[in-house]
Order: sequence, then C-alpha cells, then structure tokens
Amino acid sequence: MSSRNTFNYLLLLLSFLLSGCSAMDDNILEQPGIIGTLVLGGIVLMVVCIFIVVRLNQLLSVLYTRKIQKDRETLKEEILNLEDSDVEELLLKRRAALEFRLAGNELSGEQVAEDSRGIVRQVSTEEFIPVVAEKKEPPMIKGTDPRLSRLVAAFAASAALWLLLGTGIGQYLGMKFIWPEIDNVPWLSFGRLRPVHTNMVFWGWASMAMLGLGYFVIPRTSNTRIYSLRWGWTTWWLVNISVLTGTLCLMGGINNGGGEYREYIWPVAALFAAGLFLTFLNFYKTVARRKTKDIYISNWYILAGLIWTLVLVTIGYLPFYQEGLGETIIQGYYMHQGVGMWFMTFTLGLVYYYLPTALNKPIYSYALGILAFWTQMLFYTMIGTHHFIFSPLPWWLQTVAIVFSMGMFIPVIAGTTNFLMTMRGSWDSIRVSYVIPFLLVGVIFYFVGSSQGSFQAFRFTNYVWHFTDFNVAHSHMTMYGIITFFLWGCLYFILPQLTGEKPKPVLVGIHFWFALLGLLAYMFSMMLGGTLKGLSWMEGKPFIESVVLMMPYWVWRAVGGSLMFLSHLLFAINVYTMCGRFLMKRPHRIAKSIS
Amino acid sequence: MLNPGKDHRALAGLSFGVFVLLSLVVAVLPATTMQESNSPLPGSSPLLEAAQRGLKVYVREGCVACHTQQVRNIEMDNVWGSRPSIPADYYYAKARMDVWRQSPSILGSERTGPDLTSIGERNPSETWHYMHLYNPRIVVPESIMPSYTWLFEVKEEAEEEDVVLNLPPSLKPAHGVVVAGNDARDLVAYLLSLKQVDLPTVERDFISSRKKRKEETQTTPLAGNSTLPDGASLFQANCAVCHQPDGRGLPGAFPPLAGSPIVTDENADTIIRIILEGYDARPEYATMQPFGDLLTDEEIAAIVNFERSHWGNNAPPVTPDDVKKLRVPANVP
Repeated sequence: MSSRNTFNYLLLLLSFLLSGCSAMDDNILEQPGIIGTLVLGGIVLMVVCIFIVVRLNQLLSVLYTRKIQKDRETLKEEILNLEDSDVEELLLKRRAALEFRLAGNELSGEQVAEDSRGIVRQVSTEEFIPVVAEKKEPPMIKGTDPRLSRLVAAFAASAALWLLLGTGIGQYLGMKFIWPEIDNVPWLSFGRLRPVHTNMVFWGWASMAMLGLGYFVIPRTSNTRIYSLRWGWTTWWLVNISVLTGTLCLMGGINNGGGEYREYIWPVAALFAAGLFLTFLNFYKTVARRKTKDIYISNWYILAGLIWTLVLVTIGYLPFYQEGLGETIIQGYYMHQGVGMWFMTFTLGLVYYYLPTALNKPIYSYALGILAFWTQMLFYTMIGTHHFIFSPLPWWLQTVAIVFSMGMFIPVIAGTTNFLMTMRGSWDSIRVSYVIPFLLVGVIFYFVGSSQGSFQAFRFTNYVWHFTDFNVAHSHMTMYGIITFFLWGCLYFILPQLTGEKPKPVLVGIHFWFALLGLLAYMFSMMLGGTLKGLSWMEGKPFIESVVLMMPYWVWRAVGGSLMFLSHLLFAINVYTMCGRFLMKRPHRIAKSIS
Repeated sequence: MLNPGKDHRALAGLSFGVFVLLSLVVAVLPATTMQESNSPLPGSSPLLEAAQRGLKVYVREGCVACHTQQVRNIEMDNVWGSRPSIPADYYYAKARMDVWRQSPSILGSERTGPDLTSIGERNPSETWHYMHLYNPRIVVPESIMPSYTWLFEVKEEAEEEDVVLNLPPSLKPAHGVVVAGNDARDLVAYLLSLKQVDLPTVERDFISSRKKRKEETQTTPLAGNSTLPDGASLFQANCAVCHQPDGRGLPGAFPPLAGSPIVTDENADTIIRIILEGYDARPEYATMQPFGDLLTDEEIAAIVNFERSHWGNNAPPVTPDDVKKLRVPANVP
C-alpha cells in the first residue's frame, strides 16, 4: 500500500471526525471516550517530544561548536591579511604568552589530593560524547547476601531469555499479517503461535522478572534475610518448566479452549501456581519475621498480588461453573484480573521500592499508596465483563463493569501523582541516570494506558473499537509501556549493584530509544487502523475491505515491532553483561569474592 | 482492630477475604447462574459426532484467535446473524471438552476474520470450505488467513469415499491428488453446523449507532365490546411459542411469566408497555418483538388478564382503556 493511500485514509478519518458524517448523527469528537483517548495520546506524544527536545538540544550544541570553528577560520583569514608591523607586534606578544609556564600548584597548593570521606564516586577522563551522556552511578546498596543476588540474577537472566524469544515470536506473528504464506508448518501457524507469544511474555518474561525483583525487595524492606532460598530456586524451576511445557503444548495444538491467557491446560498452569504459592509462603514468612515495625507499602502490593493471583488461577481453572456462558463470565474476570491483580499490583509494589531508592529519597505519600492499594482491589476486581460489552452476558454485569472502570481513575491517579511527586525536584536524574527514564516512561504509560482502558469501556467507544486491532494497541500500551518499562528500570537499577558488573551506557540508551519509538509506532498504527476498521464496519462495508485497509497499519506495526525486538536483543546483551559472569561463578566463590 | 500496616496476618487475611468475596459476587455466582439457567433452544440439536470432533480441531488450531462467534446487539453485527446471540445458542457447543480442557472460549475477543455464528447458513458450500481451508487465497484473494494444508493429504489415486480438491494448476501437486483428511472433514462439518436457530417471533433488533426516532404506532380503534376476547387462546396463539404453555419460559432464551414481578405488579403499565413496544433490556434473553400493531387493546387486555390470573399469578385485572392510554399517540405532529 503506497503512502499516498495512507494519506488518503488519514484525510478520510479527519474529514469524518470533523464533519460528523453520514454514519452517525452524533459527532464522534463529542464522545467523551474518544476525547479522552485523544488527550491521552497527546500526553504520550508530548512527553516523547520533551525527551526528544532535550536530546536534540545536546546535539545542537555540537553544531554550535562547529559554528565557532567556522568563526575561527574567518579570523585566520583576517590575520593573513594583516600588515607586517602589526604581525610582528602580535607575534612578540604571543611569544611571551607561549613562554609563560604555570608552576603547577596554583589551584591545589602543595598538598597531595586525598578523598578521606569517600565523596568522589567516579573519576572520568573520557571526553564528552553528546549522543550518550555520561550517566551517574546510582547510590550503592550494600550488604546483600550473595546467594540471594545469585537467585535474583537467575530470575533476571531467564526473564530476559523469555522476553527475547516471546517477542521474537510476536514479531514473526506480526509479519504473518503481511505475508500469510511465510510458512506452512502446523507448529508455527498463527492460531497456535499467538497464545505462545502472549503467554510467554506474560508468564515467562514479566512474571519471572517480577519475582526476581520481589526476592530482593521483600527481605530488604523487612530488614531481615529471606526465609528460604531453596523455595526461591524451586519457584524458578517451576515457572520455567511451566512456560516451557506450556509453549510446547500450545504449539502441539493442546490448549485449554482458547480463552486468552488461560490457554495453558491446568496441569501446566498448576506448575506456575505451585511456584507462586511457594513464593507467597516464602515472602509471607519473611515479612512475618521482619525487624521493622511497619510493613512497607511495597510488601502490601507484592503479598496481595500473590494472594489475589492464586485465588484467580483457582477460580479460573475450577470447572464447576464453566459450562455455557458461565465460562465467558469467568474468562472476562480472569483475563482482566490476570493483568490487574498480578502484573499491575506486583509491579506497583516494586515501583514503590525501586523508584524512591533509585532517587535516594522517600516516597511522596504513604497514605496515597494505601488508598491506591484498596481501591485497586475494590475496582479492578469488578471490571472483567467490560471485555464483553454488547455480548449476551447480563446487562447488569456489563454495566457494573463500565461503572467500576470509571472508578479505576482513583487508584491510577493516586499512583501516578505519588510517583510524579516523588520524582519532583529530581528531574535532573532523567538526564544523568539511565534508570529513571525507564521508570518515567512507565509512570506516564501507567496513567495513559490505564485511563485509555477506562475510556474504552464506554459503550460508544466500545462500539467502535471492540474486536478491532485497537485492543492490541491497548494491551501493548499496558503490558509493554507500563509493566515492561517499569521492570527494565528496576532491573537496570538493581542488577549492577548485586553483581558488580555494569552494562555499557550506550547500549542501555539505544535499548531505551528503540523500545520507546518502536512502541509508539506500534500503538499509534494500531489505534488509527483499529478506529478505521471499526468505522468501516459501522458503515456496513464488506468485511474484506476492513482487512485490506489495515494492511499499511500492519506494515507500520511490523516496523515498530522490529525496533522493539532489536531493543530486546540489546537488553539481553546488557543482562548478559550484568549477570553472565556472576552466574557462572560457583556460589561459594561469589561469597568469597564479595566479602 | 485490624491493622494491616503493622500486622501481616491482618494484611494477608483482609486482602484474601475481601478479594474472594468480590470474586464470588462478580464472577462465580453470575457464572453459576448462567450455567444453571440455560437450556437448548427449540429446534436446535446437539452437535453431530463429526461436528463435535470438528470443534476440537477448531480449538486446537486456535481459530478463536481471529474468529468471533457472537452477534452483538448492535447494528453493525446484523450482517453476522438475523438476531443477537443469546446464551441458549451456546448450549451444546460450550461444554467441557475433556478432563484436560475446559469449555471452549468460542465467543472470541478479536475479529481479524469474519464472525462465524452463522457461517453454515451464509456459506453452505462444502467445496468452498475445503478450498478455503487448503488455501484461503484461492477463493478470497485478499485474505490473510493461514493455509491449513496439513489437514489434507496427497494421494496417488483417490479412493471412492475421498473428498478430492479441484485445485488451480499452480497449487496442484506434481503427481497425485489432494484429498481432505479426517480433520478437514470434521472441521467443515463443524463449520456447516454453525447456524442461528430461528426464533420466529423475534424481529431484527440491533442497537444503532445513531439515535433512533421512535417509530409511530398505528392504532385501529375498534367499536367497544363490553366483553373481552378469550385470553387463553390468544396467549396460546401469540405467546406460548416462546413463554411456553405453562408460562415458565425457557432459561437462557425466554423469561418466565409465572411468578414474574413484572406480570404480577399491582400497576400493569410495564407489562402492557412491553407487549405494545417489545422488550430488549436483558441480553441474557432473546429480544421480544412489539405486538402493538398486531393486537387490539381488547386482545392485549385479555392476554394480560390471562397472564395475571394463571400459573399461581394473582393480580387485579386490567381494562382495554388501560392499554389505550399507553399506546404512543398516532398522528402527533
């Protein structure tokens, strides 16, 4: 599809939006859900623009230096045209200047330099490179049990592998929209591979990374040692085996019935749940023997996330009420809570620890965190059925879901405010740290992605967007923009401290930009394409037209996806730099080398 | 007093307890109700064995990733079926598959390909389906659906009962013929079984994206009869097909009238209005068509009185005037 066509579609959409044309009496722009989503999209663009402006500014300063050089050239020419007598005078002055020598102690005096208080953290003699600004080291966290560090690093390493594999598969699936004949192997066919992608990035990447990061936070904030390292390792094995067997089952055509994120059959899901249960016991017992009086807010989220997910998996897989549309109600509940009660809750817990720690300051408001916690539980639980608006499910259940989706603004705004207010006054860290930009993008998408989800629950927006590729944009805004960016920030912060190995800043920088720009291309193409698809259906055009019109947007999605995948390659390399050598050492050697 | 901030038992207990409670209210109980109050539609039949196996192929190949099977009650979905889907439509298909696998999530969440609710009606040609499965682009050039060639076999020579594909030259194997394998035959049997069971009294009624103007109802005033017509026979003729002769309805399709608070309400306005204008406020049931044009005030009053005095219902009778005043006035400028 040529760019001209894309342009035409854009024009079409614009004229449609502005004229409130034939398909509807109401102007689409007057719909609160649409307005809200446009505003949210604008927020993302604005933040990215600010990012880009800051970076461009640095690049421009290089150009400015060039201009100065040019001025020098002109000066040189002027000098060449000078009279002999003037030249002689100047040369004499110059000789005197050149022959002047400093004694060498004008600034320092006679004393030998010494940093007796350990204030200097980093001595750099490298030249300034504008593309990758030199980053500051985060404050060091000392005194971690090296065996625990090893466990956290192992979780991070397998998470990175699952991310690479899972998004590689995702990228391949994206290409199948453009070249449906790319292969003809049953194990690689679209229908079987799609759940492989989603489940692998959910249970393999995000869950493993979360668990690993949690294993550091819980003992740290409880000021005690982890209850059982062995249970931690058992969890590591259980989850990895679960994802591996689950993947093989799905590719072999054995799935639970096609409900999203519930595709693993119950024996496979049971392995995952067993791992979670062990970790819950482990965390609970660690918190129980904490040496602090209060339970830090992170631990609220992490413990509750584990409890809620265990309940959720149990309800999701028990068969007693899942005949007929009973299954559909459970599916809405399960798929939404899987995201909300597991990934979102647990990750928020991590952010409540890693964000203030990385900024070396306390969280802005403890009370706001607690408000967000209870409202998260109350509102998130009720909104699963908003995936089935206009379906044959009871109207009251759909309405409850829509109403509580609006309620989600409370925890989301509370959380966002808390994080932004914590960052306030530390904006400089965005420039000097490679951890904070990841966390900031996570915070922005936490607000934008979650609010956009609430808007999408309106009956009108659902009318246009449901069943279209818009949903795919939403799930990538949240699982990628929020969860994945938060996890990256946390991992880049903690891993170097545990292993003593730092990644190359330039690789972290490229990772950040590829991931962010890739995500933007992905989400805006799917949002725009999805909207056009919905409008085409509303106009009653033949279905195949909506397939044809999506093609350019699918191409853009593949472009964005490629950038994202490349960034994951760099992330994997960085994780290898940070953990590879550390993990290959024998455990007792680590203990020795660190002590 | 519970103090979750200082007491980990309170924290864990409270999060567990409240979450379980909420989950019961919003998921388990509605799901149980949904499962219990369901029955097959009159005129529907269980899946034949081949179709049953075909459903398993459908699930195995992940068809649900791109194809929905739900006609929503909104206007754009009226191309996928003649009426919105109701729970009873899924009575046979959505049952637990085996000990390992639950009831299939065939409603779907994305429509990358067309909805399949009534594909058996829309496209009843077996040959079309075989060709389409072997390579969708044979029949729909713009399609992006994968080719399911592994559901087919290449044979040197077709046997008598084989389904042979008549492929275009570019896709023909070097020698031999392509015949449908068992999986392909089962899958096609399943696809052809996908039809919406007719509910004769149900009108097309989808929520439009634009605001509908209220349709004007014509009234035909009759010369006043002092006695009302026979409510029992009118009920049999007009209402019993759906609400059943015993007034108990069909769970998942048609609501019961026996013991219904709407039918037995002291104030009969709601029930009269439903009969006059139709009713579609409850997606768990089929849409009811309006009867205002079909029945006179006297006939409606007779039916209402019959419903209000049978099957244990006991409510005061209504008069034709009660019906008349609820009709949307005709010829209002």
